[in-house]
Amino acid sequence: MLVEEIMHSKIYSVTPCTSIQEALKQMKKHHVRHLPVIDGDQLVGLVTDRDLRSASPSTLAPKELQELLKRPVSEIMVAPAITVHPLDFLEDAARLLYENRIGCLPVLKGDRLVGILTETDILHRLMEIFGVNHPSQHVEVEVEDQIGILAQVANIFSDHRVNINSVLVEGNPAKGKINLVFRVQAKDLSKIVRDINRAGHRVLWPQHLSGPNQGEMT
Amino acid sequence: MNPVRLIYSEDFLHYRFNDSHPFNNKRLKLTLDLIRSFHLLDENAILAPRLATDQELTRVHDRDYIAMVKEADSGQVSCNQLQKYGLDTQDNPVFPGMHTTSALIAGGTLAAAEEVMSGRAEHTLNLSGGLHHALRGKASGFCIYNDASVAIAHIREKYGARVLYIDTDAHHGDGVQWSFYGDPDVLTLSIHETGRYLFPGTGNLYERGHDHGLGTSINIPLDAFTEDASWLDAFRKTVPRTVDRFRPDVILSQHGCDAHHYDPLTHLSTTMKIYREVPQIIHELAHKYCNGRWIAVGGGGYDIWRVVPRAWTYLWAEMTGQPLAEERIPQTWIDQWQTFSPVSLPKTLHDPEGSFQPIPRRSEITQKNQLTVQQALRLIDLVNSHIDG
Repeated sequence: MLVEEIMHSKIYSVTPCTSIQEALKQMKKHHVRHLPVIDGDQLVGLVTDRDLRSASPSTLAPKELQELLKRPVSEIMVAPAITVHPLDFLEDAARLLYENRIGCLPVLKGDRLVGILTETDILHRLMEIFGVNHPSQHVEVEVEDQIGILAQVANIFSDHRVNINSVLVEGNPAKGKINLVFRVQAKDLSKIVRDINRAGHRVLWPQHLSGPNQGEMT
Repeated sequence: MNPVRLIYSEDFLHYRFNDSHPFNNKRLKLTLDLIRSFHLLDENAILAPRLATDQELTRVHDRDYIAMVKEADSGQVSCNQLQKYGLDTQDNPVFPGMHTTSALIAGGTLAAAEEVMSGRAEHTLNLSGGLHHALRGKASGFCIYNDASVAIAHIREKYGARVLYIDTDAHHGDGVQWSFYGDPDVLTLSIHETGRYLFPGTGNLYERGHDHGLGTSINIPLDAFTEDASWLDAFRKTVPRTVDRFRPDVILSQHGCDAHHYDPLTHLSTTMKIYREVPQIIHELAHKYCNGRWIAVGGGGYDIWRVVPRAWTYLWAEMTGQPLAEERIPQTWIDQWQTFSPVSLPKTLHDPEGSFQPIPRRSEITQKNQLTVQQALRLIDLVNSHIDG
C-alpha cells in the first residue's frame, strides 16, 4: 500500500510569518495537530501543537508576556521537516514515524507539498485491515515454517466451500513455527478444525472444538 | 384472556441442509415431545403456518435474491452464481424445496405477529423462526429468509407499531440489526458472544444505528466463556432499562439457545438457568409495557438433545402461564429418545449445581463484561432522550 492511497490531500497550512496565536487558532478550527509551513509553494518547515504551546506563555502570565503570541512561527518551526514521497510504502512511512517519535509526515512530490500523513491515518487503515467486512469468524493455526504450507491450509477451507476474507501470517521464530490467522465466512467450523488437525497442523482457535466434545452432536 | 399460540407444522422439519449439518430441526420434534410429556400443550393452541408471499419477503430481501433461492434447487444454476448469494457454501448448501420451506418459516413468524397484533392471541411462538443472520441479498449463517425482519417490517407497515427486538442467541443478530439500522421505531438489542472470534464478527458496542435510527441499535458483546451470573447480570441490567426508555408497543424476542456450555458452536458457558429466567423477564416486561403483546421465535441451538428441548420447554411453559421450576424430566421422554441420542440425555430440566467445572478466568471475564454493560448503559440512557428533551 502506498502513501498516496491514504494521505490527506486537503492541506491546512501557514506561512513563516503567521503568528503563533493565529496558528493555534487554525489548529483548533480544523481539528489538526500539525501545520506545514509554506513559503510560496515550497515547504520550509512544520509546526506542531506541542511546539506552539510550549512557546506560548501561561494563561496566568502577566499581560505583557501575551505579546509573545504575536511572534512568527518561523522562530519555532521544525526545519527541515522529515518528509515522504507519495509512492513510498506505507510500512516505510510508519517506520519513519516510529523511529523519529513523530506524529506527522508532509508528503512531497519534488518540492511541491501534495499531502499530509499522520499516525492516526495509519491506525485507521490498520483498523480497516483487521475489521470485519463480511459475516465471518476467526481461525488461528500453528504450522511448520515451510514452502506451500499456507496453500495446504487454505485448500482445506476451499474443500469445505468456505471463503477466506483475510489472512495474516505471523512468524514465531522462537518455536520455528508460523501462525496463520484467518477470518473466514463460516459459522460451523467443526469439520474444518477436524481436517486441519488431521493434516498435522495445530488449531489454536477455536479451542473447545479440539477437545473431547468434538463431533458429539452429529 | 386471549390464548397463547404455537405456530407449528411438520413441514418445518424439511429445513435440513444435509445429514451432517449442525442446524437440525429434529430439535422441534424433541421439544414438542418434551412439552407434551409435561402436559403443557393444548393441541388447539397449535396454529399452522402459511407461506410468506413474495411481496412480504421483498420488504427486507432483494428480488434477485428471492429469485435465486427459488431457482437454487433446479440444478440449472452455476456454483459461482449461487455463491454470490451465499448459497452452495458449507454453511448454506442448497436443499430441495429451499424456497418453500424457508417461506413457510417466514410465514410462520408473520402469522405469529398477525395473531398478536390483531389481538386474537396474547403471545405467540414460532420455534422454527429466529433465522437472524439472513441478509437483504444473501444467505448467511444457516439462514435463508430473515423471518423476524419480515414480521417486523409487516408490523411496521400494517400497524405502525414500535417494535423492540430482543436477541439472546450466542451469535450477534446481525441480519435483523441491518434491516432496521435506520429505523427509529424498531430497536434491536442483541446480547451475544463478542465477534472478536465468533461468527458473524459484528455486534460491537459502537454499532448504534444510523441516520434517524441512530441510538436504536444496542449491542452487548460478552467475553468468550461467560457463565450464568455474569450473563444474567448483563441481561437484567440492560433489557428492562431499554424497554423503559424505548416504550415499545410490542416485543419480538429471539430465543437461540446456543450460549449453553454444551453447545458445540460457541464459547459461552451458561446453563439452563438463563433459559428459565430470560422468558420470565420478557414476559413480565411485555405485560408491564406492551399490554401483553409478545411474539417469540427460536434461533440457534446445536446441542439438539441436551439443550434445545429443555430451553424451549421452559420458554413455552412461561409463555402459557404454567412456569416450570427445577423438575425431573418425565421418564417417557427419556425412554423414547435415548436410543437415538449419541449423548446421555439429562434427567432434569435444570442443570443441577456443579454440573460444570467453573471457568478459571471467571473474575477477569466478569470484570470485562461489567465494563461492557456500563458502556452499553450509557448508550441505553440516550434512547429517546431527544423526546424527553
